[in-house]
Formats: sequence, C-alpha cells, structure tokens
Amino acid sequence: MGTTASQLSKESLSEYQELTFLTKQEILLAHKRFTELLEKHEKDQIDARVSMGKIITLPELKSNPFKERICQVFSTSEQKDGSLTFEDFLDLLSAFSDSATLEIKSHYAFRIFDFDDDGTLDCADLEKLVNCLTGETNDAKLSSTEMKQLISNILEESDIDKDGTVNLSEFQHVISRSPDFVSSFKIVL
Amino acid sequence: MARNVNFDLSHPLMEAGLESPADEEGVHDSFQQLIAEHTDDGAESSALELQQLQSDLDEESRDNIPLCGPEHEHRRQGASDLECDGGEREMDQIQGEGWSSDTLKILSSMPSRTIGRNRGAIISQYCNKTLKLRRRRQTRPSIRDFSPSSRPSIRSYGMEGDTTDAEVSKRERLVNNLQNLPVSDRVRMLRGMPLSVAEKKEIRNLVMQKEKRILSNKKLSCYSQLKYYIIIAARKSWYSWLSFLHSLEPWQTLLKRVSGRFGTGVLSYFLFLKTLVFFNVFLFLVTGAFLVLPQAVHPPDEATETRSFSGLELLTGAGSFSHTVMYYGYYTNYTLPRRSRGEGRGQNASALSSDSQQFSYNMPLAYFFTIGMAFFITCIILVYSMSKTFGRSFRINKSHSILTMKTFSSWDFKVIKKKSVQIMSENICTQLKELLAELTQKNTKSTFCKRFCRQMVHGVAWTICIASTTGCMAGVYYFSEFIHKDLQQNYRKFEGNPLMKEARLLSLPTVVSLINLLLPALFNLVAWMEIYESPSVFAYVAIGRNLMLKTSMLGVLCFHWLGRVAPEYESIGLTCWESFVGEELYRFLLMDFIFTLLDTLFGELLWRLFSEKVLKRRRKPVFDIARNVLDLIYGQTLAWLGVLFSPLLPAVQILKLFLVFYIKMSSVMMNCQAPRKPYRASQMTTIFITLLCIPSLLGASVCVTYTMWSITPSTSCGPFRGLSTMFKAGKHWMEILEKDNPNLSVLSKAHTYFVENPFFLFVGAGIFLIVIYFHSQVVDGQRKIISLLQDQIQNEGEDKKFLINRLQSVHKQKQDAGKRLKSQDSTC
Repeated sequence: MGTTASQLSKESLSEYQELTFLTKQEILLAHKRFTELLEKHEKDQIDARVSMGKIITLPELKSNPFKERICQVFSTSEQKDGSLTFEDFLDLLSAFSDSATLEIKSHYAFRIFDFDDDGTLDCADLEKLVNCLTGETNDAKLSSTEMKQLISNILEESDIDKDGTVNLSEFQHVISRSPDFVSSFKIVL
Repeated sequence: MARNVNFDLSHPLMEAGLESPADEEGVHDSFQQLIAEHTDDGAESSALELQQLQSDLDEESRDNIPLCGPEHEHRRQGASDLECDGGEREMDQIQGEGWSSDTLKILSSMPSRTIGRNRGAIISQYCNKTLKLRRRRQTRPSIRDFSPSSRPSIRSYGMEGDTTDAEVSKRERLVNNLQNLPVSDRVRMLRGMPLSVAEKKEIRNLVMQKEKRILSNKKLSCYSQLKYYIIIAARKSWYSWLSFLHSLEPWQTLLKRVSGRFGTGVLSYFLFLKTLVFFNVFLFLVTGAFLVLPQAVHPPDEATETRSFSGLELLTGAGSFSHTVMYYGYYTNYTLPRRSRGEGRGQNASALSSDSQQFSYNMPLAYFFTIGMAFFITCIILVYSMSKTFGRSFRINKSHSILTMKTFSSWDFKVIKKKSVQIMSENICTQLKELLAELTQKNTKSTFCKRFCRQMVHGVAWTICIASTTGCMAGVYYFSEFIHKDLQQNYRKFEGNPLMKEARLLSLPTVVSLINLLLPALFNLVAWMEIYESPSVFAYVAIGRNLMLKTSMLGVLCFHWLGRVAPEYESIGLTCWESFVGEELYRFLLMDFIFTLLDTLFGELLWRLFSEKVLKRRRKPVFDIARNVLDLIYGQTLAWLGVLFSPLLPAVQILKLFLVFYIKMSSVMMNCQAPRKPYRASQMTTIFITLLCIPSLLGASVCVTYTMWSITPSTSCGPFRGLSTMFKAGKHWMEILEKDNPNLSVLSKAHTYFVENPFFLFVGAGIFLIVIYFHSQVVDGQRKIISLLQDQIQNEGEDKKFLINRLQSVHKQKQDAGKRLKSQDSTC
C-alpha cells in the first residue's frame, strides 16, 4: 500500500495508529519529515526508499554512534543497505516512542547492539558496544585490560547459561531490572 | 540456509514443538555468509578445520578465547564431573571457533539465537503467546453463532477445534489465534510484536479477511450488527481523544530542546514542573467551579469597603484584593441565592429550602466539601503515581549487575547536540573506569584511623547543619513574635499609610526566603569537606539536609499562624484571621518567586560570567537539579496550605510556575551544562514524587485538618462564622438531613461510628499493615524462585554444551573415517 503519496490516506493513518505506538500527530510529523528527505521525483512514488546516508543526516540521529546500526536493524531492503521506506521509518519511531513497551524496546536494543547479527552478543559485540559508548577519541577509550575485565564482568553478571554469550532472553532479563532504560531509549521527532 | 542435518535426535525435538524454524524467511540471514564460507564443499576447508581441532586437542591449556579467560577456570571445575568416556576433551564455551560447518549451522539455528534476529522465530514465539492468552481468556462462542450442522459437542470447543495439520504454517496459526482473541487483546498483541509494519499489516489484513468471511457467513441479528458498529465507533473516538490529549501537552518543542542538550536528568526537573502545573490546574478548576464562580455570580450583601487599586496589591496581596473573591473572608455563610434577609448569623438552609427555589447552593457546606474532596483526590492521584514509579524503579534482585546495566542502558538516545554527546561519552567512560577500579579494589579496607577521621568529619558537618537550621528556626520564631507584638502595639495608631503597614508585613517572607536561599549554599560548602562512598549517598544527604531546613521553616510558620494569629486575631486588629493568613501565604509565594528570579540571575548567570572571565574555567556551572526540585516542592506546599484560606491561590501558583518554567529554561540553555556526576533519573523522580506526597501534601493536609477540626473560625467573616469549628458545618448539615428525612438517619449513624470513632481507624490501619506484610512475604518467595530458576538455566546450559560437543565429535569421527578411506584409495 502506497504511503509516500503527498498525503497520507485516512485509512492508512488509522491503520498505522493501530499497529504502532505513535499518535496521529506523530505519524503526520513523521510523514512530513520523511517526504522532506525524498527527491522530487520520488515524492509521489509508492514505497520510495531513502538511503542510509540521508537518514543519518537527520538531526536526531546525526551525532548518535549507533545510527548506522539503527538504520540496518529497521531496514527491510533486500540489499541490506540500511535504506528505509516510510513504514520502516514509522517502525523506528514507534520502537523509540514514549509508549512503546519494555519488551519492544529491549528487543530492538538487542538487535542494535548485535553488531554481527548472529542473534547473540558475544565478546566482539560487547567490545564494539563499549567503544561506541565511550567515543572514538583515544584518551576516552578503555585500555585493553580494562576492556577484558569489563567484558568478563558483564558476561559473569548476565550470562545465565554460561555459554559465553548474552542471548535475547538474558539481555531482556538484565534490562528489566534497569529502571533508566525505558526513559533513555527514546527518540522524539 | 540451514540444510537438514542427518542427526537422529532432531526428529523427536521437532515433534516436541521445540523446532527451530527450518525455513527461515529471515530478514537477517547474515550468518549465511559465515556458513557459506565454511561450506565450500572443499576438502581444504574441512582439512583446515580438522587441523585446527587437532591443534586445539593438543594443547591442554585452552587459551583460544583470550577475552573470556576467567570464566574458563570456572568451566574446568564444573566440567570435570561431566567428562565422558574415551578421554573426551573438556567442555568449552560455545564459540564460533573451530567448529564444523554443520555444528555451526545447528548453533545458528538454535531457538535462543534465532529469536533475536529472525522473523520466523518471532512469529512462532508470538503464536505461543497468543495461544496462552486465548487459553486464559477462554472466549467461547455462543451457541447461536453455530449453524445447526456444526460439530455435536460444543463443550469441547476450544483449542482442540483448531486444525492440527502439521502443514499449517506458524503464521496461519498466529492469524487464527489472533482472530479468536477479543479485539483489545488483539490490538495490543499486534502492536507489541517486534515485526516490521509491513508484515504486521499483512497479518492484520489476513485476520480482518477471516473475520469478514466468518461474519458474512453468519446471519447477524440487527442487535449484534449495531453492537459491532458501536464498538468500532467507540474505538475510533477513543483514538481521536488520545490524539487530542496529546496535542494539548504544552511545551513539547522546548522540552525536546532541553533533552537534546542535557539529557534525561535536567529534563526530569521540567517534567516535574509540568506535573505540578497539572495538579494546580485541577485544584483551580475544582475551587473555581464550586466556590469562586457561585460566589462571584451572587456577591454578598454586606457593604464592603472598596479601596482603589494601587500597585502594591500585587506584592502584598492585601489592599483592594482583601475583600474580593480571592480570600476566605468574602465568602458568605448562607445558601445562595439569598431571597430574604434572615437573622444573619448562622442562617442555614433549613429556612430557605422550604421555599420553592430552582437553585439553592449551601455555601458553607460547599466550601467544606470542596476543599476536603480536592485534597482527597489529589492525595489519591499522588499515591497512585508514587506507587507506579516505585514499581518501575525499585526491583527485586537489583544489586548485582551494576556494570551490565551501566553498559546496556546508560546511553541516552534523546541527546542530540554533538557537544553533549561528547560529554556523555566522556562521562560514561569515566564512570565505567571508576566502577572497574572499585571492583578491583573491593578488598582493600581502609584503616581504622581513616574511617574514624571520616566519621568525625561527618559528625562535625551534621552538627554544623543542624545547629544552623535550629538557629534559623529560632530566629524566624522570634522575628515572627516581634512582628506580632509590633502589630499588637501599632494597630490602634492610625499613623502613616495603611499601605505602608502592609508593606511592613513583607519582612517575614523576605527573611524566610533569604534563609531558604543561603542556607543550602552553606550546606554545600560543608559537604565539600566530607568524603562519601558514592555520589548517590552524597545526593541523598544533600536532599535530606535541605528538606530538614524547609520542613522546619514551614513548621515554625504554621505554628505562628495557627497557634498565635488565629486565637489572638482581635488583638492585632483583624476582623478576619483566615484572610490574613491567606494574604500571608500569597506574600510567601510571591517572595519565593522573586528570590527564584534573583537566584537564577546571580546563581547562574553571574556565576557563569564570573567563572569564565575571572576564574577562566572552560566549563559552565552545573544545573543543580535536586535543589531546584526541592524549591518547587516548597512552593507547592505553600499553595496547598493556602487553598483553604484563599481559593484563588492555585491560579497564582499556576502563573508563577509558568514564569518559572520559561525563566529556568532560558537560564539553563544559556548558562549551564549537564551534570558531570551520574544522575539516576528514574530513582530521583521516585524520590521527588514521594517527597511531594509525604512531607508536602501530608503536612498540608494535617494543617488543614487541624484548622478545620479545632480552631475557631472568625466570628464576623467567612462561611463558617458563628460555628465553633469548621467541621461543625458538616455535622450541622447531617442533623438537618436527619430531621428532614428520618430514613437517612443510617447515614448519620454511620458517620458517628466510622468517621468520628478512632477505633475504626485503628482497625483499618491494622488490616493495611497485615496486607503489606503478606505482600513482602510474597516478594521474598519470588526472590527464592528466581535463584532456583537461574540454577536451572545454568544446568540447561551445561546440557547444551554437552550436546554440541557430542555433535562435534560425531562429525569429527565421520570426517576421520572419510579421510581414512580417501587416503586408502589414494595409496592403492
């Protein structure tokens, strides 16, 4: 169903309201911002895609170290290039909205942190995650001993079945005990 | 994709419903690359693997996973009892190194891993969830919905009615389950599924199609069709109501800018401000509708001295404001509208209700019940939100995973500005390093001398704080006594402007606000010399000291008003002490606002200029969230104290909060930066809501209840004039009701036995405590279950590793046999 015609149909609007956690105003605002990213000739196309390069120029994502991962997680393109249709964009905003459940947020957070997309967070994933968190400047990075210690501590605390990786259930178990997660995992347009 | 591995154990697993989705219509099948690399069908790759395995076998000390060293030792000990025959090599973590391609395929398609990335697995998981939900809801269709030729035993309709055909895909089963759920559950399930919108749309269309088909097959009566349409219309209107409410939320763009630059911590201050605005709007609407409006429409008959408006009224609240609807004294004590001039004092509804009137409004009763109901409803809303935030932020078993939680949930996605993102990264790095350092140094205990010194310093600091608080309390007490005496002596002399007299009354609020401003700064100074174990303890101590100061100030003031002014009001020349107290509270609110302005100006703007130009520091001052929130709570307590005496005070408070919002917003944007220390937003929010409820609202309610219960109202003004206490108005009304309508005597008896009897309160409190005790026992039991389950999961993990190792050894044996055959062929 086409949704990047210049106007959203009432039917699609109510459908999106039912399927996502966004309110009507948020969906309309998302539509507006999305069409601004499209080329002129694409504006009337059905299911037009916006490349990842353009999405990460949005001010809400520009400085986020996880921006490429976010685009890749929510993208439904076959080429895995991180391009988003309008519906993918709505998915993104819905997962990061105020009223999304803890389960949805933790699910997508897990997928974002899973840099190699193998369904678990192993040592390499965790290392990349910590490097993203602490930034790329040299003095802000953790030394390799500290990194090893940190990763082993994390695995000790959260890997319940002791297989050396954190799978989705273990991740959700840790997150459910962290009260700040829901309020920090939010992006508002 | 995963090919079918010829492994005997797989089949029973499939039957037991533990299948891993074999046909992965995966959105992400990036594991494919890894698999493709390994399954080149070339002997070289398998030879390489074999070599690797061989070399791994040779080394006894398995160090092939350098990053996860410490766990390995633990594994060795645990694995020794599970060693298999033939000197198998020991258990190892399930890493992707050195395993064969088949093993890798099996690993990658294990349910625990696919659930995190694969659409088919998610659908299968949600299929199970919807099935469970259906079982719980047990929506049995009514017999009318069945055609006469349907299956004979309706009683066994339920899940067994579903087709158990093995070829029916998981998706169809999901659609079937969704279709059988009630609509609200269906919408909730669909929304909560972590699938993309396009897939959800397809599922939803399938469900709707099925529903339409079923509906068109049955002949629906008019009634059920109507019901169906009404439900759809109700749902649509509910959505539009929600969007309308959402659009009413004020300040959305501004809040987004603040959170984009400063993160969740500073945002929580502004959200707290917004909550207070809503509480005050509610109060204002209630008092406005029930008190102000009726009285404004029917002004009292007594001739009032009207004074001309001079600017000083805005500051003192007296003058031309004092005989308006703003204060208690204006309100009448009879039923509105007054048709006949009765005897005057204490005239009640009885004489007038017998007349035929379309509209009668008993003012004293309305006043009493409105204030009571407003407080009661505010209390309920506050307790409800307090319990909700408690549930969110304090969970059982929280103590152990600090590092993990910090790693996974400390990134604030709301922060947008590049500089703030950088600051946040630096903060996280520092915190992680500190936590790691703490963990490695846990064993070093400080010497007795050091600890003793630290405790001494703490003791000195607390003594200073308590002494200064007590000193200020005494100071305010004596100052208020002085003013009281001054008024007693001076009220007879008509010297000077009456306005000047009122301006002199501004002195007490100024003194109190000054103390509230300066003393927390002193506390901060004192806290500099102390050393705390953790920054959160430091924050709690600062909040505790500040709170102690503010409650003591308010306590002294309440004593002064209710204990000094109220009984002796005639000696200082007042006709109406309640209006006077209302004016005092207005002055206090105003002074609080002026001092907030000054504090923002000096504390933030000038300090920033000073530190940049003179001290040459690069960093801007930090916005002290806790102190500002406590100031807000203090202002709100004043507003709650004053509602009884000045029904329009919530409106003043709303205005003040609006102005404070814009002032603080611009000041924060210009002058401050985000806090450097970690700020646990949700825990702090819980604490602040608790503080709003327990000392603030509770204290205000206690004061108001005491006023209503025991203090004599003034005899010549207000709705309760002539009664011995305000509470008597309610009792009076009950007696009148009983007289008029003997059937309602039950109500008054209930009132006497329940409300006025302390025994009932004791019993109620006792039951409440017992319920709390039971709940805490349940929580303890749940903690034990959690640890049992953790042990069980650990055992399952061991099983998994064992099976994978066996799989690997079987593959290796096959490979070896194959190699031997090949080498035999080649030699022949």
